Amino acid sequence: MINYQRFTLDNGLRVLVHEDHTTAMACVNILYDVGARDESPDKTGFAHLFEHLMFGGSVNIPNYDTPLQEVGGENNAFTSNDITNYYITLPSANLETAFWLESDRMLSLAFSEQSLEVQRNVVCEEFKQRYLNQPYGDVWLRLRPLAYKEHPYRWATIGKELRPIEEATMEDVKAFFFKHYVPSNAIMVVAGDVTFDQVKALAEKWFANIPMRPKPERRLPQEPKQLAPRREEVYADVPVNSIYIAFHGPGRIQSDYPVMDLLSDILSRGSSSRLYRALVKDQPLFSEVNAYVCGAIDPNLIVVEGKPLPHVDMAEAEKLLWNQLEILKSEMMKETELQKVKNKIESTMVFAELSILDRAMNLAFFEALGNADLYNQEVDRYLVITSSDIQRMAQEIFIPENSSTLIYYAKEQKHAE
Amino acid sequence: MLNRTVAPPHHDIQDITLIRPDEVVFGNGLKVFIFSAPTQELVKAEFIFRNIFDGSENSLIHTCTSHMLKEGTKTRTSTQIAEEIDFYGAYLMPEYSFDQTALTLYSLNKHLSAVLPVVHDILNNASFPEAELETYIRNNKQTLQISLQKNDYVARRLFFKNLFGGSRYGVIPTEEAYDNLKREDIVALYHKQVQPQNCTLILSGNITGEVLKQIQELFDIQWQNTAEVNRVVTPEFPVFVPTTVVEERPDALQSAIRLGMPAINRVHLDFPAVQFVSTLLGGYFGSRLMQNIREEKGFTYSIGSAFASLQHTGLFTIATEVGAESTQATLAEIEKEFNILRETQASDQEMTLVKNYMLGSILGTIESIFSHADKFKAVYFCGLDLSYYKRYNEIVRNITATDVQQIANTYFDYDNLLKIVVGKIN
Repeated sequence: MINYQRFTLDNGLRVLVHEDHTTAMACVNILYDVGARDESPDKTGFAHLFEHLMFGGSVNIPNYDTPLQEVGGENNAFTSNDITNYYITLPSANLETAFWLESDRMLSLAFSEQSLEVQRNVVCEEFKQRYLNQPYGDVWLRLRPLAYKEHPYRWATIGKELRPIEEATMEDVKAFFFKHYVPSNAIMVVAGDVTFDQVKALAEKWFANIPMRPKPERRLPQEPKQLAPRREEVYADVPVNSIYIAFHGPGRIQSDYPVMDLLSDILSRGSSSRLYRALVKDQPLFSEVNAYVCGAIDPNLIVVEGKPLPHVDMAEAEKLLWNQLEILKSEMMKETELQKVKNKIESTMVFAELSILDRAMNLAFFEALGNADLYNQEVDRYLVITSSDIQRMAQEIFIPENSSTLIYYAKEQKHAE
Repeated sequence: MLNRTVAPPHHDIQDITLIRPDEVVFGNGLKVFIFSAPTQELVKAEFIFRNIFDGSENSLIHTCTSHMLKEGTKTRTSTQIAEEIDFYGAYLMPEYSFDQTALTLYSLNKHLSAVLPVVHDILNNASFPEAELETYIRNNKQTLQISLQKNDYVARRLFFKNLFGGSRYGVIPTEEAYDNLKREDIVALYHKQVQPQNCTLILSGNITGEVLKQIQELFDIQWQNTAEVNRVVTPEFPVFVPTTVVEERPDALQSAIRLGMPAINRVHLDFPAVQFVSTLLGGYFGSRLMQNIREEKGFTYSIGSAFASLQHTGLFTIATEVGAESTQATLAEIEKEFNILRETQASDQEMTLVKNYMLGSILGTIESIFSHADKFKAVYFCGLDLSYYKRYNEIVRNITATDVQQIANTYFDYDNLLKIVVGKIN
């Protein structure tokens, strides 16, 4: 349970305040309601490139990082397919520095050509480091366009390829900023050793005179229902065969989302989970196996993946994974197993509340979902789930017509076949 | 009218205030340190064992013994242990480091009494079943194959091999080393190492009288020493030779670069000052390496430097992954930065910046009661106490540009670094 108070400035900026005076730190988290899903298909990777440019100086402050470090603060940011999130932690005595810096870059950027030039290179190196220069690094560059045909989730946050990043112009940057980085499209959470009145006064002082601009309307193409199984097989320079099966499932705020989430927990959370027990431990069939949900806001994917041992061929491996999914569809799970995954949800929520930064981020994210109160109701959404909910969900999701299968064959084996 | 070009006034950054633990020694020699805060209904119990070495230091037996602790006892199978821990929403994690092996339990207070007996069973009766060992070896060999395709992993491996050779800090996983693991060696090491006299228990969270009572019931009289604990054996390190090792990867898009050397550790009086200089050079976003090689040149997504403290030595590392075509240029820039560090005094502005960044950063590491325990562990296991942090803060506050230059000339010599490049050297 996280307590907070809220207010909204006239320009539409929403502000949430969570007081915790057991720490000497404060944290300022600003979420902009823009992510890779808001990009146009010919300019993918832009939301993330833009996140880098937010550190290239703002209209009145040439350097963002130095003044923050001078008062003992640290910051970072991340971009997802749904949102872009910026955060600062600093000694609470210096809270105002965070307001000064964040309000100026919400007002306007410096739009420095040099910064654009360098960050294009930095992002290209990030692309190589994470996606191209790693075995299986391009999984999501392949799996997304296989599973999504219309919705912008069909590209990864980093972008489809390097080219649009290399070609990004200052016009693109400015247009993106003035459309998406507006007060009404932002949620600010201030947490830690702060008071509501202090935050209110600082927000009025630094953010209230940022001009109001309309919150951009989001009209994303909906993903049509998948009607037939999809498949991609690649021969790659990887040492071990690998399989990924992605299924469409409910989005983050749909009522069935927690059911799908528990389904993935039953399959692969912890060393007592089903896939790990059946395929790694009880019988030597896979070296690793995993199932997880992409916590996306729009309709999601649940992914089942594994790396079979050398003596298990790919057809057999695929069958073994499906067998486990079939069991969930045909057999009602025991009450104790359901209780187990619920207990884990409950304890994980308690652990997630240890740091003020995690609390601030969660409040901002749930406010972006609709209302920060949803965070405090989250555990209850899981506790009411029954075994028959799980079975129904498995029956809906785990069908071949809803699946996209990606297989990597290790190159050496190509010759043997 | 608001003047946005002027920064708000700075306020001094306070020193961290650390909680001193309560200390209890049980009859069996187990040392218990207690960090109590009633804010959250959570308990963390870390059973930390000093790694015992008395034969060859260079095998995977220590990591394997640690990872396999949960894989069965005389009366519980691996599955039963996993089920019991997971059912109560707890986490039980073996953690291996160069000098210690830990078994760490996280649990909600309300489930603690249900999961502690499992931990007790593991510490007294772990059985290391042969079939589980086979699974461990098989899966780790496959994971190793994958890791060996990652340039940064290969660079790290070459780095430790060249730095610490045949000693415990230079252990390199190979397929052969996995195949050489024998159950009887693991069982023997377990009996030597997992003894109350060789254990420190750190309890943090909501440690009530009831929690302490449960702990004492299980881990005092019901946990007896069954072996003598060996004395500390100091490892012998190879003579350090600052060579350059290049592993060519013709298809590489990026090169992994890792530079470093053996160095002083936390017990040395210069350690805080050396950390200061390392932070200035490559320890934060505004550091010289990050500004030069990422923010000016765009060669990399990230570059960093750090000093690490081990029980019998320390080490200095610089690590990055850069565009393959920029490998030589990056090395040249790093060399340039070392020379500037040794030849030129840092400006007052940069000194203030690094000082405040470090003071804020250490203040920010205290997030919860668990952080207090972490701070304690970092000093306790190298024979220091919490006064270290007071001295650390004093040194960070008072260090001068002249001191920095002097430290740079004593400890930062580009020619004296081991240099590993995996990728392309153009």
